[in-house]
Amino acid sequence: MIWKRLLPPVVLLLVWQGLSASGIIPAYKLPSPVAVAAGLADLIQTGMPPGHLLHVHIYYSLQRVLWGYALALLTAIPLGLLMGWSHTIRGLIEPLVEMIRPIPPLAWIPIAILWFGIGSKSAAFIIFLGAFFPILLNTISGVHSIDPVLIEAARVLNASRRFIFLKVLVPGAIPSILTGMRIGIGIGWMTLVAAEFTGVKQGYGLGYMIMTARDIQRSDEIIAGMLVIGIIGLGIDACLKTVERQTIKWR
Amino acid sequence: MALKLEISGLKKIYTGAAPGDAVQVFEGIDCIVEKGQFFTLVGPSGCGKTTLLRMIAGLEPITAGNILLNGERLNDCNENIGLVFQEYALFPWRKLLSNIEVGLEIKGVPARERQAEAMTYVEAFGLKGFENRYPKELSGGMKQRVAIARALIANPQVVLMDEPFGSLDSQNRDKMQNFLLKIWGERKDTILFVTHNVDEAVYLSDRIAVMSPRPSKILNIFDINLKHPRDRTSLEANRIRRDILELLDLAE
Repeated sequence: MIWKRLLPPVVLLLVWQGLSASGIIPAYKLPSPVAVAAGLADLIQTGMPPGHLLHVHIYYSLQRVLWGYALALLTAIPLGLLMGWSHTIRGLIEPLVEMIRPIPPLAWIPIAILWFGIGSKSAAFIIFLGAFFPILLNTISGVHSIDPVLIEAARVLNASRRFIFLKVLVPGAIPSILTGMRIGIGIGWMTLVAAEFTGVKQGYGLGYMIMTARDIQRSDEIIAGMLVIGIIGLGIDACLKTVERQTIKWR
Repeated sequence: MALKLEISGLKKIYTGAAPGDAVQVFEGIDCIVEKGQFFTLVGPSGCGKTTLLRMIAGLEPITAGNILLNGERLNDCNENIGLVFQEYALFPWRKLLSNIEVGLEIKGVPARERQAEAMTYVEAFGLKGFENRYPKELSGGMKQRVAIARALIANPQVVLMDEPFGSLDSQNRDKMQNFLLKIWGERKDTILFVTHNVDEAVYLSDRIAVMSPRPSKILNIFDINLKHPRDRTSLEANRIRRDILELLDLAE
């Protein structure tokens, strides 16, 4: 029943609109839904700062996320597979991982700016850090979750270590890797916006857009920007869910 | 020289954390399996039947003694030995056909060739129409047929089967026993079969070795000189079954 699922948000919007119209909630703190929609239209047509249109902000933000995320995938998955496979490698790397992992990605922002300057590189680095650990840990646990009898089945068929790694451990770990990828992109997307709060050189990015709107007290555009971020996050997760369903039909 | 699997003075001790924790599984197993023979090990659960198969397959280190195949020592996984697991151990992410093919893939047989060969197994094993199903979509009996096909396609000299029908209901078990006899009758593989079901052993085997509880040894070896298809309720089958059960009871 789709109407049952739609009912709560519709009621919420109506109540919110009512409270705003009657002046109970002051517009400078929380603009009405209608005002937010108008703010969204402004972001699309005029831009914030003016001339900097919404879709270009989205483009820059997505680009930073993709760079950071791609880097995280390329490093965390192979490293996780190796750490899951070999006790020696795990023993060597795990203490380092456990030391760095508790540091929130956002705490890296100052040093990232020092290393990479203000701009896309810093933001991508922060996203990389946010996505890296969930992907790594889920890859390791994916390898460990493989039924040992499957490895024995391959060994009995005289499989090489290479075959066991590529054709047993990798496919067996994929469901867990995909879970890590979903968590990783979620955290990456969250950290992106915060990373952009601290500034971007190019003058584009959703986080930067919201902070600029705050500077000139445009709460309608702030909330419209927040909604855009939420909807894009939802869209990314839906894409990955589809990928997940397609890849692990065998489960 | 005819193929022969020879086990002599085989011992297995699991060393525990403390010196007193060591468990002796076998105190010395001797037996010979000849080419084309259907050889079955029966014994109480925990007597180490599975451990023995795993040692022959190269999955478990040998504490003392020898396992010889045609006079050569076996101590690692080896393409001459195949193993069918009780819990099937099919790769869940591979479709049925691809599960059967995997042994050939490991040997480096080109894709087209190995698919064609796997298809002949699909047909002979009554799996036609299911080639593109994942293991989760198959019944227990079908999974075990896939597992047997996967072991046989690599043409090992000896096929080990570890209670392959243990998790099937009795109707499917009977069907799979007849199916295995049919396949074996055509191919004349050398089979070393493990079960705790004496009825199954008498129905299938040329020879039955009866093992004692731990630390186990072979108590006696029975030759079953009954023609296939066998009558499960014949006087002769009953007599052998009774002899084996008595021996097992005495050993408890």
